[in-house]
Amino acid sequence: MQETASLKRTPLYDRHVALGGKIVDFAGWALPVYYKSIIEEHLWVRESCGIFDVSHLGEIRVQGPGAERFLQLRLTQDLRKVSDGRMIYSLLCDEKGRTLDDILVYRESAESYYLVVNASNIARDYEALRRYCPDEVTLTDQSDSTACVAVQGPRSEEAVRRVLGIELKDLPYYAYTAAKIGGDTAWISRSGYTGEDGFEFFVKPQTALTVWDKFVTAGEREGIKPCGLGARNTLRLEAGNPLYGHEMDETTTPLEAGLGFAVSFDKGAFVGRDILSLQKEEGPRRKIVGFRLADRSVARDGYPVFAGERKVGKVTSGSFAPSVGASIGMASIESSLAVVGKALEIEIHGRRVAAEIVKRPFVPLRHKRS
Amino acid sequence: MDLHKLRYTETHEWVDLNGKTARVGITDHAQKEISDVVFIELPKAGRALKAKESAMVVESVKAAFDIYAPVAGKVTRVNEDLRSKPELVNQSPYEKGWLFELEVDDPAQAQGLLTLEQYDGVKDKVGH
Repeated sequence: MQETASLKRTPLYDRHVALGGKIVDFAGWALPVYYKSIIEEHLWVRESCGIFDVSHLGEIRVQGPGAERFLQLRLTQDLRKVSDGRMIYSLLCDEKGRTLDDILVYRESAESYYLVVNASNIARDYEALRRYCPDEVTLTDQSDSTACVAVQGPRSEEAVRRVLGIELKDLPYYAYTAAKIGGDTAWISRSGYTGEDGFEFFVKPQTALTVWDKFVTAGEREGIKPCGLGARNTLRLEAGNPLYGHEMDETTTPLEAGLGFAVSFDKGAFVGRDILSLQKEEGPRRKIVGFRLADRSVARDGYPVFAGERKVGKVTSGSFAPSVGASIGMASIESSLAVVGKALEIEIHGRRVAAEIVKRPFVPLRHKRS
Repeated sequence: MDLHKLRYTETHEWVDLNGKTARVGITDHAQKEISDVVFIELPKAGRALKAKESAMVVESVKAAFDIYAPVAGKVTRVNEDLRSKPELVNQSPYEKGWLFELEVDDPAQAQGLLTLEQYDGVKDKVGH
């Protein structure tokens, strides 16, 4: 059993305990891995609507006349692709092109951006930004004063309308809007990690309680269930979404992690560019692939991958996939072998299990397209 | 299943001893902790196990868990139903979800394991 007393708690901690959540350590935060069953919660989100406490996420505000120019230099993505009220996925790299974090960039205006970052990386991200930050740009770490509730699944739009009285049918995917909840202004984006339609509510801690309680009270009669971060992980894995610390980390470049789409070489200078453009020319030596196992055993992070007798890589994420009905995962392997249909073997508890490279995502993505 | 008739380990296995045959499974407490069992790597019949030796692995969505031999003995039977229905361990930990049977070297060793009352007293304090 894990010791969780020393961990940080989100505003919803007492709610998780009262709901019978199994509390574990997520990047230093005490959060529920499940309430009753990861598989049940996973399938519920694919069918209906699940709510998740993701208040451990970090939020950093970037404001000032040079905000856009600064972020163009500091992040890999070309922010000219994103208009006001929209968001975009980017990487934050060090000078050697290695990935410090993956980030969702919310653009309010050319002078105001909001970065949503991984919980485990908040302090390092802030420092990596600060070192390049010009005087006229202000960085504010708002992580401690910001809570986040994710509402995910095909019935999310309806659930938000019925439970909170907020109409989001005209909000496009990867766009956000402001809405009043109680006396607080909530920022709501149409986004998430599960491959389903859904929303993320960025609110003050007190408002997170209001939002959470309203959803929990409406409950299953409105198609809503609280879900733990275990289901969030299996859902993101099926959707083929990378997770920092698994598919990429500070030893890998975005190109090696298959995230080249978020690296823009035609925007001019940015931190890490020289090494990344060299790697792009030569081609990365390893790549992330999706795989499916021949049996239902589970290939977990770090397990070795073989082609014949030769070790060619390692598993980065793996799980039984409830919506696929099979054991799947992602692995980092030599790029010459990264071909759909390629047969590999993964060593699981000293036993070789057959695996095949398959296309990602593992399930059809059902984000709202407008 | 009369849970008072069983004996228990601090690693959350139960033992049902009949003569020299010990049927082994995991407790309801353990299946709740493990949750969502998706695969079971059963031991091979005929394998000789020492007490507290890792006998097999239960995989859940969350993690892999070693299951230990409560007493020394030789594996005589495994629950073949678990190959296609590993979730039986969650649904019926004391009946349909049993794991394997041992021909025990020393039945008295099994009698010396924890009683239900003793197990209930320690189960929340010990890890799996």
